[in-house]
Amino acid sequence: MSEQIEVIDSLAGMTLFADLTPPQLEAVAHTFDEDFFDEGIRILRKGFAGSGFYVIIEGEAAVNLDGKQIATLSRGDFFGDISALLGELPTADVTATRPLRCAVLSADELDRFLLAYPTVALRMLKALARRMRNQNTWRN
Amino acid sequence: MAELNERPFPPGEYPVVVVGTGPGGLQTSYYLTQLGVKHALISADEQPAGMFQRFPFFQRLVTWSKPHAPVEKTERRNEWYDWNSLLSDDPALRGSVIEFMDGSSYFPSRPEMEKGLLAFAERAKIAARYGCRWESTARAGDDFVLTTSDGEYRCSTLVFAIGMTQAWKPDIDGIELVPHYVEMKPAKEFAGKHVFIMGKRNSGFELADGLLPWAKQLILGSPRPAKLSIITHSTSGARARYMQPYEDNALGGGHFVLDAAIERIERTADGYRVHTSGTTKPGVMIFEVDEVVAGTGFTTPLGDLPALGVKTFYQNRLPAQTPFFQSATVPGVFFAGSVTQGSIGLKKYGIPSNSAAVHGFRYNARVLAHHIAETRHGVKIERPSVEPGRVVQYLLDEATNAPELWNQQSYLARVLNVDRARGITDEGIVPLQHFVDAGGPDAVAITVETDGTGDIHPALYIRRDGTTEERVLASNPLNDFATSEHHAELTSALKPLID
Repeated sequence: MSEQIEVIDSLAGMTLFADLTPPQLEAVAHTFDEDFFDEGIRILRKGFAGSGFYVIIEGEAAVNLDGKQIATLSRGDFFGDISALLGELPTADVTATRPLRCAVLSADELDRFLLAYPTVALRMLKALARRMRNQNTWRN
Repeated sequence: MAELNERPFPPGEYPVVVVGTGPGGLQTSYYLTQLGVKHALISADEQPAGMFQRFPFFQRLVTWSKPHAPVEKTERRNEWYDWNSLLSDDPALRGSVIEFMDGSSYFPSRPEMEKGLLAFAERAKIAARYGCRWESTARAGDDFVLTTSDGEYRCSTLVFAIGMTQAWKPDIDGIELVPHYVEMKPAKEFAGKHVFIMGKRNSGFELADGLLPWAKQLILGSPRPAKLSIITHSTSGARARYMQPYEDNALGGGHFVLDAAIERIERTADGYRVHTSGTTKPGVMIFEVDEVVAGTGFTTPLGDLPALGVKTFYQNRLPAQTPFFQSATVPGVFFAGSVTQGSIGLKKYGIPSNSAAVHGFRYNARVLAHHIAETRHGVKIERPSVEPGRVVQYLLDEATNAPELWNQQSYLARVLNVDRARGITDEGIVPLQHFVDAGGPDAVAITVETDGTGDIHPALYIRRDGTTEERVLASNPLNDFATSEHHAELTSALKPLID
């Protein structure tokens, strides 16, 4: 009974959804599915079609490229965004490194969702910009 | 039925205990018996298929069994047209639900479904101890001890086929004042009333459709816009046959389907006041109605399993499971029936498996029985050889006709292992997630999938030197994947593997 509240509360505490009103948050919590992945389970598979957009509610995941871990993801982070937005196949694997609960939206729904909630789109754009900045910083 | 009522399986020690005699428990028990795995089947009900004495409320199922299908009911392929009968290797036992349908609908009525399952249980001689209620669960070393109303059972493998039909309500002020779907009154008692239905999934729309001839006005409300099966290409969407209330809403007929968060419910002198907040269209809406019904979904009666360590998710309504339906956190505890939707698979394009319904979980039960037999009870299961020259045609025939691949799209796969020394072996029907993630020898798996545009096509997974690649084959307007073009495409794709 309490876990749906927890999903809404979790989303409310995330930067991505910080501008939404309580009814909007409730709608978002119902729009996303909630999936669980045990430690060691792959969520995003390089080269496999039909993946989704994931927001981590709880747990940790690793981004792996060609057998090498390139990033760690935790609560509030999202992944699957690039392949969902561009309609392309994922270019890396994402694997749960601790039991992982995610809010999930199918890639086909992401465009419509972002158009319905432009403040989420703006927050996502800023997060992507930070990701690019950090990558450039690493290169330097 | 005398034979079924003799109360076999007294309390004691068994290799496997299966709890529940709905279609999931019956199907699992049937295949465990076929594989020679001794087990006790126990049930709190007084007969098989107990759920269908109560649900669905408006009498007919949402899953079809076509009385005049393109193939005979004794043929394997008929399972694609008959979503409700249980599986058997014996053609005489197939299609038992169709046999009892009167031809007036291709959705069986509750009594027709019940008769079909009873006939299967009787003809397949599935023995069960009825009236034996599971009460608690404990560990005893590597074993489990199940306390029941009849006494204690000890086993190393537990299978829970306990359904997902317990009422579930979200945490909303005042929701305790309103009845849930499972507590529904007869439809005629809603005559001339204003009714608010909470929920816009199948149970909400089923209630609305059933109440259409009676209620003065229906309002369906929930935060998320309705997802319809014909748009989402998934049976998890609200099914087409319940869409009359939706059409009424679209045409301005006086009934409403609204996207609104329900904030609280109050009792009034004449009924209820429902306070809501619009989601897709902002604004406060307050409804004064005579009746409110919560069509808010169901949960699994897991009893003390979470305390045993069984991890749950989806608002604690489902146990998290491995691809072979074992608890993700308690080895030895397995699930069958509609609870297997907790093994989510790849969920490609956001489309879930059909494990919530008989046409999906009956295959899961067969996979589960094979897995338990082989990995926990030492049963050797033969893998037939396949001649290299037959591989392409065999896989394309499976993609076109195999009911497992059509009923459990992107979830179950036909797998052939390729070993240069031992040749090609048919590994049978395997969970796709296991195939792509567990690794193993060179192999090929074929599935059927529906993508986000609704295109239905075969998908191929080729594992070579430990790496698995996906390749999507072309669709066909008549879903025939055994054309010469498919033959050429698959031959080319498999060349590096079986040349």
